[in-house]
Amino acid sequence: MRIKADELQLPWLRAKGLELNLGRVVREWEEEEGPTPMPDIASLREWDKKLLRRYKPFYLPFCDLCCLCTFGKCDLSRGKRGGCGIDMGGQLSRIVLLSCCIGASTHCGHARHMLDELIEKYGRDHPLDVGGENVYLEAPTIRLVTGIKPRTLGDLEDVLDYCETELVHLLSCTHTGQEGDNLDFESKVFHAGMIDHVVMEVADIAQISAYGFPKADPEAHLVELGMGVIDRSKPVILVIGHNVPPAIGVANYLARENLEDQVEVCGICCTAIDLTRYSRKAKIVGPISFQLRFVRSGVADVIMVDEQCIRADILREAQKVNAVLITTHYKNFQGLPDRTRDPVEGIVKDLVEGKLPGVAILDSEKAGEVAVRVAMQIAPRRRKMGLIPPEEKVMEEARRCTSCFSCVRACPNTLPIPQALAEAGKGDLKPLSELYEPCVGCGRCEQEGICPVGIKPHTLILGAHRLETAEERFKMRAGRGAIQDVEIRRVGQPIVMGEIPGVLALVGCSNFPGSWKEVARIAEEFARRKYILCTTGCSAMAIGMYRDENGQSLYETYPGVFDAGGIVNCGSCVANSHIAGAAIKIANIFAKRRLRSNYEEIADYIHNRVGAVGVAWGAYSQKASSIASGFWRLGVPVIVGPHGSKYRRALLGRKEDPEAWKVIDARTGKEVYVGPVPEHLFFMAETVEEAMVAIPKLCMRANDTARGRSMKLNHYIDLHRKLFGELPDDLHLFVRTAADIPVTMKDEVMAFLKEKGWKEFENPNPDPTLVPRLVRAKEG
Amino acid sequence: MEPWQRAEVPGPVKAVLITKPEVVAALIKRAKRPLFVVGTGSLGGNGEKSPLEYVVRIARAGKVPLVATAHAAVELRKRGVQPAARMAMVEICSRLTDPKWSLHGDGQPHDLVLMLGLGPYYMEWLMGSGLKSFAPHLRTISLNRVYQPHCSWSFPNMSEEEWYKNLEKIAEELER
Ligand code: SF4
Ligand code: SF4
Ligand code: SF4
Repeated sequence: MRIKADELQLPWLRAKGLELNLGRVVREWEEEEGPTPMPDIASLREWDKKLLRRYKPFYLPFCDLCCLCTFGKCDLSRGKRGGCGIDMGGQLSRIVLLSCCIGASTHCGHARHMLDELIEKYGRDHPLDVGGENVYLEAPTIRLVTGIKPRTLGDLEDVLDYCETELVHLLSCTHTGQEGDNLDFESKVFHAGMIDHVVMEVADIAQISAYGFPKADPEAHLVELGMGVIDRSKPVILVIGHNVPPAIGVANYLARENLEDQVEVCGICCTAIDLTRYSRKAKIVGPISFQLRFVRSGVADVIMVDEQCIRADILREAQKVNAVLITTHYKNFQGLPDRTRDPVEGIVKDLVEGKLPGVAILDSEKAGEVAVRVAMQIAPRRRKMGLIPPEEKVMEEARRCTSCFSCVRACPNTLPIPQALAEAGKGDLKPLSELYEPCVGCGRCEQEGICPVGIKPHTLILGAHRLETAEERFKMRAGRGAIQDVEIRRVGQPIVMGEIPGVLALVGCSNFPGSWKEVARIAEEFARRKYILCTTGCSAMAIGMYRDENGQSLYETYPGVFDAGGIVNCGSCVANSHIAGAAIKIANIFAKRRLRSNYEEIADYIHNRVGAVGVAWGAYSQKASSIASGFWRLGVPVIVGPHGSKYRRALLGRKEDPEAWKVIDARTGKEVYVGPVPEHLFFMAETVEEAMVAIPKLCMRANDTARGRSMKLNHYIDLHRKLFGELPDDLHLFVRTAADIPVTMKDEVMAFLKEKGWKEFENPNPDPTLVPRLVRAKEG
Repeated sequence: MEPWQRAEVPGPVKAVLITKPEVVAALIKRAKRPLFVVGTGSLGGNGEKSPLEYVVRIARAGKVPLVATAHAAVELRKRGVQPAARMAMVEICSRLTDPKWSLHGDGQPHDLVLMLGLGPYYMEWLMGSGLKSFAPHLRTISLNRVYQPHCSWSFPNMSEEEWYKNLEKIAEELER
């Protein structure tokens, strides 16, 4: 329990900033405590090692050097060790751990900051409610990991206390001269990921409960999305980041003052998603890669940022278009004066008169009021001053290109800029305009010293695409939050038996290797194939920014239910916890496995039975790495796009090694070969086609019934044939008995199996586990 | 020589530049167990010539088995070549770090790997670096148009025209 008082005056005590911690008061609940309440770094190491025996790290050094301490730089290539004794495997696993610590700490800091604010506003006893009657199991990951069943906002503080402790220990492991074994580093990576899932759950259930976001509602409203939906005739406030309270401050002020129809509020990245869960008037511009392009369009009069994934040069960019910047979080002051304690009038005056380019206001409601008042006053004067050149100017600029390729070498996606400029110079803007989609908006091509003649390729791309940009009008379903218990009851059996071919999570950032529409393409393909699709964050937007053959967005065509063929937008990054939560709920609600602090058993269940796979096609951030690692510890495979190879290591199974694919039959205690399912834990696909073939394959599980396996094989074979032009050459490893073969493919598959010398598996349907203590058979 | 992508600075050990394509042909001839890994980055071309054409000629003449990643196999088959295997890039490259693994399954590792078009530049870069540090038994040659410093040998950054000339020379040498 924590008691905080800014000022306390008693007859016998006078105190300022008093904070009392009275230890934890654990409220008991009906479920018996499992073996690992609040696990520390060592508690689940054995489980991690089991996974790591199957899925070996393949390290991909980004560079050969380590420069972490003053012994360095050390060359670690080709078997060398650094001055501290670490080798390349140790170093790279340490970097992965560092990345996951950054990611998990970021979510944890976000959760703590928001929780403090919500408790201040709504009180420690404010009840948690993520879905009323429909969601009895409100916090599956928290219960599973910590053993706490949280009922109020205050209960979440205890959860965060535990997570913060673990994160400090984990980060300390990356110091020079700590861990030396790469697999032990990897186990710590998994631990960081697990903690990340806990803190994400804290953040999302706190904000759902306090702000009244959609509560596990499959029919959550549709939100307007795209650069073209923003009404530029009004004053426009743009919010960017992940911590929604200041943006809610804007919405509250507008509602209070009856100004909702007079000011346009829109957002980029997760703050946008969470704001639209709160306000039906708010709109979404697009994913994080739209930051530069939208700011430079000049449409936003006031830019309000909070935390995470905000461009570090946002102030410079805002100044270029005379927009006002308001920062709202001590994680990101941008060098601006802290005016939190000043009266609103004075701040507004200084900003409107241009005395300051922006301010920091660390009070959400005050920041909201200032943003609105400033936007309304400066909008008429700014006239949406933008930097996007008209078509004639683009052509004129393009003619100056000398085709030196310097910009191409700076571009993360190696876009063919000079070739497109050459066409533009001749009057054809199409090739340049087509670079708009695969451009991730990083601005590297425009940096100082890149172009010898001073061309700004990114800006010219925006100019070439100007008319199409105005037509970007899409729909996205608002983030619904958790999955209902009844939905889990309905789909639990078909998922575990393999009859729903898989749960596909399309998540993560927008560092796509090509157009964002590739994500929508994956979504459409697998929704049609009746997979359950879950999505969050920038990927949820990418799915929305596409129209199908009926001219509709996929959220309009497919329902928002957690069922076969549904596309479920859970919400922002922190809502990824609900996707892991759904898998955990299947084990608990459907299979009645004990949940409370029983991590290993639940992960074992999920790994062997729940055919789920995550795809983070444009993952770029450290948060994405920690989210992925939380899935790894649950035994859920994750696929990333080519840029994901820069995370520096894959976790790969060797399908040809029969020893790696044995489970224990919990009925008999005997070891049984089940085939390479799922084949990998962390896999980088070269192309979207490769990812699409990997998805059905990585959804196979040891527990699949014959009917379920035949359905999964059907999709695997069909996609392999469609995209790679032939039968997969590893089919014999996945067909356990003839009953697994899809009926319509029987002859062809049988002929192939015969050629491979295939034999039926000895025991095709064991009760699979990797954990010996879960064997039910009595010895002797 | 600078790497193709501006910020990709590798470290002290960098690929030896291939200045004479004949050297590549000689290395292939000398190798006991070579392998050619080809990805979707090889599928382009300038309308007249395609890198894949040379992949096929080099593999045939040098008797180098082909492993195709992603959907590169589809294009190879269109040219009448069935690759020895289709595997994802990380699948083949991780196996190559195992000194007991080979495509032939006889426990003898490959000794030379040719690479071309393994996805985007940075992805091939990372595969090269993975092999450099974790497959000490192996030498790698990048036949890409741009410098891949993590390989043992690589072409420098060059024009498409020069590149085709070099590939032609390697193919000719092997076909002789
Ligand atoms: S941490 Fe180790 S490897 Fe890195 S610079 Fe220091 S001594 Fe060298
Ligand atoms: S802004 Fe776009 S074109 Fe420019 S370097 Fe970045 S991705 Fe490439
Ligand atoms: S850097 Fe400038 S001159 Fe060189 S290719 Fe790019 S736009 Fe043209």
